Amino acid sequence: MRYPAFLQRISDRADVQPVRTLTFSINGQVLSAREDETILSVARENGISIPTLCHMDGLSERGACRLCIVEIKGSPKLSPSCVTLPRQDMEVTTNSDRVKNYRRKILELLFTERNHICSVCVSNGHCDLQALTTELGMTHVHYDYLHTRHAVDASHERFSVDHNRCVLCQRCIRVCEEIEGAHTWDVMGRGYLSKVISDLNQPWGESSTCTGCGKCVQVCPTGALSEKGKSVAEMTKRRQFLPYLKLMRGDESR
Amino acid sequence: MTRIRVATTWLDGCSGCHMSFLDIDENIIELFDRIDLVYSPLVDFKTIPENIDLALVEGAVSSEADREELQTLRSRSKVLISFGDCAVTANVPGMRNQFGVMETLSRSYIENSASGQILPSGSVPKLIEYCRPVHEYVAVDLFLPGCPPPAGVILSTLNDFIDGRPPVIGGKTHFGA
Repeated sequence: MRYPAFLQRISDRADVQPVRTLTFSINGQVLSAREDETILSVARENGISIPTLCHMDGLSERGACRLCIVEIKGSPKLSPSCVTLPRQDMEVTTNSDRVKNYRRKILELLFTERNHICSVCVSNGHCDLQALTTELGMTHVHYDYLHTRHAVDASHERFSVDHNRCVLCQRCIRVCEEIEGAHTWDVMGRGYLSKVISDLNQPWGESSTCTGCGKCVQVCPTGALSEKGKSVAEMTKRRQFLPYLKLMRGDESR
Repeated sequence: MTRIRVATTWLDGCSGCHMSFLDIDENIIELFDRIDLVYSPLVDFKTIPENIDLALVEGAVSSEADREELQTLRSRSKVLISFGDCAVTANVPGMRNQFGVMETLSRSYIENSASGQILPSGSVPKLIEYCRPVHEYVAVDLFLPGCPPPAGVILSTLNDFIDGRPPVIGGKTHFGA
C-alpha cells in the first residue's frame, strides 16, 4: 500500500504493524483501533466529534491548524489527534475545558492574522472557518488584529487566490501533489507571513505546471481560492470528487 | 412594570444592524410597552442621558468622535452590547487598516474623484490610524455578531434582558450574513 509522504513515515516505524489492534479510551469510552489509525479517525468512526480545519478526508494529514488537539493522560502537552496514533491503554480526552479553551484561542489567532471579513467574502455561508466560529462558540477575538496586507493574484484565467483569506491549511498543496500529481502549489516564508505560492512564486496564470483542474479551489476551506465571476456568498465548493477519485484508483491510503 | 431605559448608537457602520432591529416588525409595539428608547439615531435626543440600563452599539471605532461617544455611553450604561460584526470585529470599516488612513482617503477623494480632489476636513471627524472593534476600548457585556444579526435574535436578546434571563446567543447568529 502506498502512503502519502507524511503517513509513509508512520508506516515505516518498526513498532507499528498495520494488522495489530489495540484498546484505548476516548472520553472514558473504551474503543478498539488498528495501530496505524489516528486518534481522529478512530474518534470519528465512533461518532465522537473533534473539530478540524486542515484535515480533509482523502488527503494526507498535515497537522497544520492544531484545532483537533486532545488531552492525553500523562502528557503535559496537547496533541493534534490527526497525526497522533493511539497506544494501548491510552486515555484521551477530546472535550475538556482546557482543550476547548485552547481551540477557541487558536481560532481567534487565525482571525487576527489576515482579513477574514465574512460579510464580504465569496465563501460567506459556505466556509469551514466561519462554521468553526459557531461550533467552537467564538463570539469575538480577544487579541489585537495584525492588519497584515497580502496580495490578490487574479492572473489565472478561471480562478483567483486572495492570500488575505488564507489560513495556511495546505489542503491546496496536498490535493495538487497527491491527487492531481502536478505539485504546482507550495509554501514560502515562515510563521504568519508564510504564503502559498504557485511554482517558484510566479503568478498563477503563468504557471507551467498548473493543469487548471481546479481541485485546489474546491478543497480550500475559505474564500482564499475561488472561481472568477463569483460574488459574495456565491462560492460553494464541490468536494465529492475526492472520495470517488480515491476509490476508482484503488488507493485506500489516507 | 418598570420600563427599562435603552440606548442605541451607530459608530462606523452602515446602519444595517438598526434596520435589522426594525425588522422585528409588529413586535416593536409590544417591545415598546416594556422599554424607553432614551437615546438613538432612530429618535431625536441629542445628548446621551444618565442611567441607561442597556446600550446597543453598532459600528466600529474609526474616529475620536466615535471613541468619545462610546466611552460616554459605556460610563452611563449598566449593560453594553456589541451589536453586529462592525462592533465585534471592525468588519468592513476595518478593511482600511491594512492600507493606512492617507492611502484610503486619497484613493476615494483624489484618485477616483472627478471633481474637487479635496480631502475631507473641518466638521467631518478625523479618522484614527486603525479602525478597531468596540471591546478594544470599553468593557463589553454581550457580543451579538452577524452582518446584520437577524431580527429574531435581537428581539429575543432584548426580551431575555428585560425578563432577567441570561441571553443565549450560540447558534442563532454568526459572523457574516
